[in-house]
Amino acid sequence: MKPLIRELADRALESTLAIGRYALFTGRLLAETPRALLRFRLVVGQVHNAGALSLVIIMLSGLFVGMVLGLQGFDLLERFGSEDSLGTAAALGLVKELGPVVTALLFAGRAGTALASELGLMRATDQLSAMEMMAVDPVRRVVMPRFLGGIIAMPLLAAIFSMIGIFGAQLVGVQMMGVDPGQFWSQMRGAVEHDDIMEGVIKSCVFGVACSAIAVYEGFHAMPTAEGVGRATTRTVVISSVVVLLLDYMLTAVML
Amino acid sequence: MTQAQRLDAAHDPCIVRIRGLRYGIGGRTLFDDLDLEVARGEVTAFMGPSGTGKTTLLRLITGQVRPDAGEVLVDGQDVAGLGRAGLYALRRRMGMLFQNGALLTDLDVHENVAFPLREHTRLPDSLIRSIVLTKLHAVGLRGAAGLMPYELSGGMARRVALARAIVMDPEILIYDEPFVGLDPISLGVVLRLIRELNDALGITSIVVSHDVREITAVADSAYLLSGGRVLASGKPSGLADSDSAEVQQFMRGLPDGPVPFHYPAPDYAEQLFGHLSP
Repeated sequence: MKPLIRELADRALESTLAIGRYALFTGRLLAETPRALLRFRLVVGQVHNAGALSLVIIMLSGLFVGMVLGLQGFDLLERFGSEDSLGTAAALGLVKELGPVVTALLFAGRAGTALASELGLMRATDQLSAMEMMAVDPVRRVVMPRFLGGIIAMPLLAAIFSMIGIFGAQLVGVQMMGVDPGQFWSQMRGAVEHDDIMEGVIKSCVFGVACSAIAVYEGFHAMPTAEGVGRATTRTVVISSVVVLLLDYMLTAVML
Repeated sequence: MTQAQRLDAAHDPCIVRIRGLRYGIGGRTLFDDLDLEVARGEVTAFMGPSGTGKTTLLRLITGQVRPDAGEVLVDGQDVAGLGRAGLYALRRRMGMLFQNGALLTDLDVHENVAFPLREHTRLPDSLIRSIVLTKLHAVGLRGAAGLMPYELSGGMARRVALARAIVMDPEILIYDEPFVGLDPISLGVVLRLIRELNDALGITSIVVSHDVREITAVADSAYLLSGGRVLASGKPSGLADSDSAEVQQFMRGLPDGPVPFHYPAPDYAEQLFGHLSP
């Protein structure tokens, strides 16, 4: 019995320490942000890597999620005779919830893993040590632009996801199921308010900070071996996904 | 460090002094009461079998790790006592060649060599280009300025890393296993560069290696390390005349001796025919 209790206590202690390490690292990143923004050219390059290179997967996923939302929404709303509200339902669902969450999950899988493996490989091939030896702080030079690039890219990707998603819902609802296009767009415009859009923006910004911080933390602290880099990549996806869903619940509860 | 201390340090014939160094990792003691000195302006080699802690010694000199006890003085400064800013200031006076080159894979050769200049100076692009081309010319790779690291051979990558290491005109140049995996031509080139750069730039070079023949050809003095202590030191050619069996085993490359060929194990016959588990 005692070893079990001790093991549980050790795990709890290790988890607490890990959360503390994450918090300290993220705190350092946030403190370095003003200085890092002065070298905006480096950040722009990383916005391209994290954002532009994720565009195709985000747009494709947004289209299909929107189309499914159109089908399911139409089926549900038709039962109550309110299929004209499909535009509102799809837009609110996408802007407030699916856009930020699915984008964050896709971001973790595409850009997050790329960030973690890139930093892990830089660690494994002594590139980060070489920077230290050149008196260049690798956190400032390498980690910060990637962290900020992820934060900037996330809300933009979420906005594109939601726009394409609404187009997909319109494609199914209006073009295939025969919902009146005037009703689709006018009800959407009438029901979706500034606060709804801000909720989505705030969520995607928070997810951007979380996913980017997790990816750069895992990559930067990866064991300098092939297995270590692989483990960092896997942990990035798993931890990011759980944290995004947890934060989503918390943010939704606060902002509703 | 005051101006007077700096002047005193500049007149010290030894640029690196290690006194009473103790350092261990994972419960294993790598160095215990180690003393050694690196003479200013010379090529000094640290030799020893694999796992002796040669690279760790470089990490201690460059402040990447801190000693458990003792002093590591570089140009009169106690490396362990330096803060981040002091350590970075000291490292700007050093260049280091890593075993694999450690080139930044997202930058081409020109930008790799220009990297320290762009990070630490505000020189105009035209001047940076001239400096980079000069350094690349010194290592014979001016024509490779536009190549990416993945387009370089191992020897070329190490020469580019060498150009990057000297681009800030360091006072100390550190080489970590510079000969590993090189073909005879590249090896000859690197050997020549170590000697020529040391003499032409008037710098101090520290070379970590276990390649006896190459070290004998290039170093002014050498330390043979094993078991956390200095086994022998002096002129590399003189080490071969040592009476010590350990020194002889290393210098002549004998597979068995004081450093046994076999890892400690139970009796061979008993393990083969007895009931001992492997």
